[in-house]
Amino acid sequence: MKTDTRAMKTPAEQALSAAFAAARSGLPGKGPLVALREDAFRRFDAAGLPHRRIEEWKYTDLRALMREARPLAEPAKAKGVVPGLSGVEASRIAIVNGRYEPDWSDFKAGDPGITLTELFAFAAERTSYRLGDVPGKDDTAFWLNTAFMTGGIVVRVKKGVSIEKPVHLAHVFASTTAAAMYPRCVVIVEAGASLTLIESFDGPDGIDYQVNSAIELVIGEGASVDHIKIGRDGDAALRVSTLGATVDAKAKYRDFAFTTGGAVVRNQTFVRFVHEGTEASVSGATLIRNRQHVDNTLLIEHAAGGCTSRERFRSVLDDESHGIFQGKIVVEPHAQKTDAKMASHALLLSDEAEADNKPELEIFADDVQCGHGATAGALDSALKFYLMSRGIPDKQAEALLIQAFIGAAIEEIAHEGVREALMQESVEWLDARA
Amino acid sequence: MAFLEVKNLHVEVEDKKILNGLTLSVEKGQVAAIMGPNGSGKSTLAYVLAGKDNYRVTEGDVLLDGESILGMAPDERSAKGMFLAFQYPVEVPGVATMTFLRTALNAQRKTRGQDELSTPEFMKLVRDTAGHLGISQDMLRRAVNVGFSGGEKKRNEILQMAVLQPRLAVLDETDSGLDIDALKIVADGVNRLRSPDRSMVVITHYQRLLNYIVPDVVHVLANGRVAKSGGKELALELEANGYAQFQGEAA
Repeated sequence: MKTDTRAMKTPAEQALSAAFAAARSGLPGKGPLVALREDAFRRFDAAGLPHRRIEEWKYTDLRALMREARPLAEPAKAKGVVPGLSGVEASRIAIVNGRYEPDWSDFKAGDPGITLTELFAFAAERTSYRLGDVPGKDDTAFWLNTAFMTGGIVVRVKKGVSIEKPVHLAHVFASTTAAAMYPRCVVIVEAGASLTLIESFDGPDGIDYQVNSAIELVIGEGASVDHIKIGRDGDAALRVSTLGATVDAKAKYRDFAFTTGGAVVRNQTFVRFVHEGTEASVSGATLIRNRQHVDNTLLIEHAAGGCTSRERFRSVLDDESHGIFQGKIVVEPHAQKTDAKMASHALLLSDEAEADNKPELEIFADDVQCGHGATAGALDSALKFYLMSRGIPDKQAEALLIQAFIGAAIEEIAHEGVREALMQESVEWLDARA
Repeated sequence: MAFLEVKNLHVEVEDKKILNGLTLSVEKGQVAAIMGPNGSGKSTLAYVLAGKDNYRVTEGDVLLDGESILGMAPDERSAKGMFLAFQYPVEVPGVATMTFLRTALNAQRKTRGQDELSTPEFMKLVRDTAGHLGISQDMLRRAVNVGFSGGEKKRNEILQMAVLQPRLAVLDETDSGLDIDALKIVADGVNRLRSPDRSMVVITHYQRLLNYIVPDVVHVLANGRVAKSGGKELALELEANGYAQFQGEAA
């Protein structure tokens, strides 16, 4: 007997259905893209917003957290400022209200090794690229992005080319009333090429805007990619970001998620190693307070042997904030000689803060090295006493220890300027605490 | 008036009474050795002086330069000139030794209303002292005590003491875990800091350390109070006869 366990649609789900019905004919993209959107929305509509009984969304119940669905954000009218990263010189590409805005960007064309194409222009000219065919394609939030995606950018780095200056995809919410944006970006780094990719999310405080972003990363054989995602959303924002990465043989991939902003944030990262000899690290640092909720969820699939992966997350949780880490490593049967280690550490600065750590290993091969560790606890009082006994006042001693704790995560970032900028942002976060 | 005055001090740790009316005076510039069997309250005294949590003073007082310090936080005591060299110095991952020293010194100076030390002055102070103690530049760059040997940790305590220039230094079993060569280096470092303006309380279980740091007075602690006081010869007597003579005298 088939039972329909699907509860009645929530107001947010109803609003999404209505929004899709109203927008479908006006959304960009032709031919196969129309079918792609329709299919994605059908899947979303059947599943509904993910909720706590869906294991992957256990701690971030969108059905409860997303009370309303905001209308699609209009394109920005006047040109505004794109927040950068202090002391880091980068080619900045502005994605405003979910659309690529060349006028806001300061990307200087001319490097023959790198090309930029607007998402839908790319989809029209490169029909061989199957948009959305990435790890994570079965996720509900990703379907919703596919259904509504309004724009974005495609970055291609040609074979063997090293791009020295980081490319910065700066997502900005620039409306004065609550709305939703659905950017989709694609980054293709061909064989032997290298790129440092910064992605940032900024928006005003006090507006409960919504972001559902997705990025597809295709990393070629022997390529090297550093991706740093910085979440500085406004204090009422709800953001879900999906990253799907396919990593080819002998590539090096380092992913780092730094989150200080937003009311509810979900970073979901899906990585699949398809050929041997890849080295990857997926790590992050979260610093939150008040009632902020930040969820870092990863699925790392070792589909080929001889790959090394490291997953290391650290979070600092103050007040009534809630930090979540869910990391799943899957080692497929033929993926022998896999070396995968995962660790998550949460530092609780208040009795009301909550940390949930859920590391999972699913190992189907027999010759592997895999491990995980997770901790959650308060600042070490013996360390604090030691510092204070040397004359360092209470709050300063705590700040020094917190900085050291979060610094151990930020050290993972290869790019010195980005590392320093994020260390500085951490110090500013701590200063606001005192 | 003595620089440090401990008056009839009663202290409990987790409802267990450790100090039972301890009274002790240390004069300005004096080096006082505190000896005693295990469990006599030596380390408790050190922690209470430095202001560690969970040590409950039920009676008595501690005056530093005539002022009660029991209501002060550890950092305030430190700024007033208190320094504890830990028996087991903790490792502080992620905080470079140099940063730590500088943060501590400047925090103290700020509390005392003094200007921060300039970078060249600070560097010179640290380099000179580190050289005497055999502490390499590499150790100064590393995180505080992380990966240091037992001897290196103790030397690092003395380095901190030299940089912070306390008016009262409490050395808690600084000799424990040191071989004779390391002991000599540490004792040399301490002796270099002897001054008419600096009092020291040297806590030790064994007489050996006192061959190198020669005390002005020796106090024997038993059952949480001073059982006997005398000159440096008292330490030799204890070495010969042991602590048994004090153990029986119950509180």
